[in-house]
Amino acid sequence: MSEATIHDDHHDHHDHKPTGIGRWLFSTNHKDIGTMYLIFALVMLFLGGASAMVLRMELFMPGIQIVDPDTYNNLLTNHALIMVFGMVMPAGAGMANWMIPMMIGAPDMALPRLNNLSFWLLPMAGTMLILSMVVSYFPGTGTPVNTGWTLYPPLSVQSGMGMDFLIFTIHILGISSILAAINIVTTIVNMRAPGMTWFKLPLFVWSWLFTGLLLIMIMPVLAGGVTMLLFDRHFGTSFFDAAGGGDPVLFQHLFWFFGHPEVYVLLLPSIGVLGLIIPTFSRKPLFAYKPLVWFMAALTALGMVVWAHHQYTIGMSLNATTYFMIGTILISIPVGMMLMSFIFTMWRGAMTFETPMLFGIAIILMFSFAGVTGVMLAVVPADLQYHDSYFVVAHFHYALIPGSVFGLYAAVFYWLPKWTGHMYNETHGKIFFWWTTLSFNLTFFPQHFSGLAGMPRRIVDYSPQFADFNYLSSVGGMLFGLSHLLFLYIIIKTVKGGEKAPANPWEGSMIGTTGLEWTLSSPPPFHSFSTPPSVK
Amino acid sequence: MSELKQIFKRGLLLIASTLFSIPAFAVREYNLPEPASTITREIYDLHMLTATVATIIMIIVTGIIVYALIKFRKSTGYQADQNFNHTWFGRWSWALVPAIVLGIDFSVAGSAVKTLGNIESHDPAAVTVKVTGSQWKWTYDYMEDGVKIVSNLNKDIPSTDDLYLRDVDNRLVLPINQRIRFLHTATDVLHAWWVPAIAYKKDSIPGYINETWTMIDKEGVYRGQCAENCGTGHAYMPIVVEAMSEANYAEWMNEQKLAMVAAVAESSADKTWPLAELMERGEKLYNTNCAGCHMPTGTGLPGVFPALKGSAVALGDLAKHNEVVLKGVAGTAMAAWASQLNDLELAAIITYERNAWGNDTGDAVQPADIKAAR
Ligand code: HEC
Ligand SMILES: [Cu+2]
Repeated sequence: MSEATIHDDHHDHHDHKPTGIGRWLFSTNHKDIGTMYLIFALVMLFLGGASAMVLRMELFMPGIQIVDPDTYNNLLTNHALIMVFGMVMPAGAGMANWMIPMMIGAPDMALPRLNNLSFWLLPMAGTMLILSMVVSYFPGTGTPVNTGWTLYPPLSVQSGMGMDFLIFTIHILGISSILAAINIVTTIVNMRAPGMTWFKLPLFVWSWLFTGLLLIMIMPVLAGGVTMLLFDRHFGTSFFDAAGGGDPVLFQHLFWFFGHPEVYVLLLPSIGVLGLIIPTFSRKPLFAYKPLVWFMAALTALGMVVWAHHQYTIGMSLNATTYFMIGTILISIPVGMMLMSFIFTMWRGAMTFETPMLFGIAIILMFSFAGVTGVMLAVVPADLQYHDSYFVVAHFHYALIPGSVFGLYAAVFYWLPKWTGHMYNETHGKIFFWWTTLSFNLTFFPQHFSGLAGMPRRIVDYSPQFADFNYLSSVGGMLFGLSHLLFLYIIIKTVKGGEKAPANPWEGSMIGTTGLEWTLSSPPPFHSFSTPPSVK
Repeated sequence: MSELKQIFKRGLLLIASTLFSIPAFAVREYNLPEPASTITREIYDLHMLTATVATIIMIIVTGIIVYALIKFRKSTGYQADQNFNHTWFGRWSWALVPAIVLGIDFSVAGSAVKTLGNIESHDPAAVTVKVTGSQWKWTYDYMEDGVKIVSNLNKDIPSTDDLYLRDVDNRLVLPINQRIRFLHTATDVLHAWWVPAIAYKKDSIPGYINETWTMIDKEGVYRGQCAENCGTGHAYMPIVVEAMSEANYAEWMNEQKLAMVAAVAESSADKTWPLAELMERGEKLYNTNCAGCHMPTGTGLPGVFPALKGSAVALGDLAKHNEVVLKGVAGTAMAAWASQLNDLELAAIITYERNAWGNDTGDAVQPADIKAAR
């Protein structure tokens, strides 16, 4: 502890904090950029959530209620893209920015100016994304983007100008992600303090190393795919047009070669966060840390070669289908091992149940559930029934909301004291936890059943036989959406004030997750470590 | 921006109406429908197997976690066992779960591979139906008999009725106890033909032909709908299959063939059709084939589908109008109709478009005109 205070004093007179708007526009500081990423993600969370709430209102009962079919699918497309590219990825990047330099004992990110660029591309991309949704309501711009986030041709060739905006959005987002990924990987490889060897890295850092590598490998493929789409739309090529000798299914392969690993991009940072939270509040180091890292590497590798399980229905050869089925089922091994590692960390620990831990436990349970429905979906014959039904919608929301979004919420509560220097109100945190978790389940659990009963996804209207489950889902969806107002309130209140947080706000982290980040004050000094700390 | 205001207003109305009308719960379907064919029964059994395995795994995992939550809490004075990670168990149990999971995986994959083999078997079939998806209807070609059925949404059912969005004008009729082969393709964008009780899905892709098969073993009416997003009308592409005994099927097929011959004869008959009769036929045909996009009132959907009411094409040169309808407009949702409708039907539709909704050209387009324009 005393060492930390010395650090503080040492730093304070070095802190020439820039002021005014320039501090943010020209920032090369990992914490300021991290904060901007997090604020951006929070804004997008509300946009993406609001569009989802309009969708759920529309599906409240059979018949057209508030939006026409194209507006519905336009909102649906944007809901997904905003949540994936605007919310989860920037939030993860924001946390990486904030925490990785502090965890590995670095003064800042390896490439601070690149860091600035990769953030400031995002607001541009976000604006383009919103334009892609709005532009089609002006005359002469053609059909709204009604394809869903998969952007499959030929439908995406029929769409109007909104699709062009979307393609450019994806280009900008891609550049931003690739730059951020390069920066993070470089930081982890090059900037570790002396003595911070690979197998001393906190799981969060490992998870971002794999995430970064994945991003560098997959984003160019998506960018290439949508560029070909752009050429098909405007320059007379026929990459995806069977009538011109092209192949509509080629786009699906390109998309999912990106899209499946993208799931791990969304997931891994949150798994990394769990690898901190569970040990902290169990007061016991992570169980099987080293095998866990290796299995994470295996998951990353395996995740690159199973993409076509999203396309079992396209009519692949029996051999190809069988390969993708077996590969996909095998994913349950690393995932099962990870969950086991968390459960055995809790086993014979001394648990307390602060908000981050509550989220942690709920994530393990709900993500396991997504895992078992995932194995059901991996089984090709059964998937020929489930595919494109609400069963799939339910499955991936169980994977992505607990698996990645709740992981981010847990991280926010875990690190808010470190970021702001204030403790959040634990009662408010717990209310938020129960409110979101219960309403989340009310929203998505019934969708397994409407899907099995035969309700396809991406439809604006449905037969009354699906009405009961949709009614529950819609009520749940409204409650789930509203719970986030409390989240916002807690964050604002904690930023503004509250009980002063010590350098190490969590008793358990002294045993479970001792790390360099806790040696710095809360909030940390403007420059993290200007002399390398010593790692025992 | 009036769009937004509209959304907001209707949203408020919706919330208000909810408060007064909580629907009564009577959940009927919550699982895959009862299978009515050999292959979907096999898939159903596989689904029940994996669902059971999934449930058991969830029960075990939940049990372990709940036990831990009760037993290992600090508030009961429990001290963390810092040796746990260094015991024999702590060092080697990471291999345990993967081994168990691998075992489960192989048993699931084993039965899956067997069923997959049956799905992909290409035994000879008694009946082959080419299923073509188009925005937004299904066309069924009985390959052996040369009969064609076009199946559109039945729009007359109110949204309170169970058959809302699940009924069509013309059903696909199939015999039971015979192997049926489906060939799936599409004319414009992706679609997917899915009737869970009797047929698993493969996508309908322009330029591709995908194959599925079934052998229905119970007479009855089976319903489904398009499963792959195909744009504006994706929710409005239901599928209805009527399975009947072989004798009834043969009789039905005969009727279809006779009707087909009669239609061809009528269309090519050397006769000048009066305006009134063309309008009457045209209205019906327009409403089933064109109104999905151009709207029954001919006003289209601004920015997406052009209005025909007062349109330069519908009021202008007949040759241009014929060409648009016969050949379609490449790169848009407007399909080529030449191969889908016969001369008389096209003449009637075009006549209707040129005279309805205040388009009063007075043209009575004749089948012979269409024949010449083809
Ligand atoms: C899937 C939607 C769809 C259906 C069904 C459809 N159309 Fe069209 N139609 C369009 C679109 C889109 C255009 C505009 C094409 C373009 O961009 O020039 C169009 C254009 C036209 C035009 C030219 C209008 C103008 O002013 O330029 C005519 C005439 C027409 N359709 C007739 C028909 C007839 C007759 C039918 C039924 C047999 C039909 N359409 C069915 C989508 C549809
Ligand atoms: Cu369709």
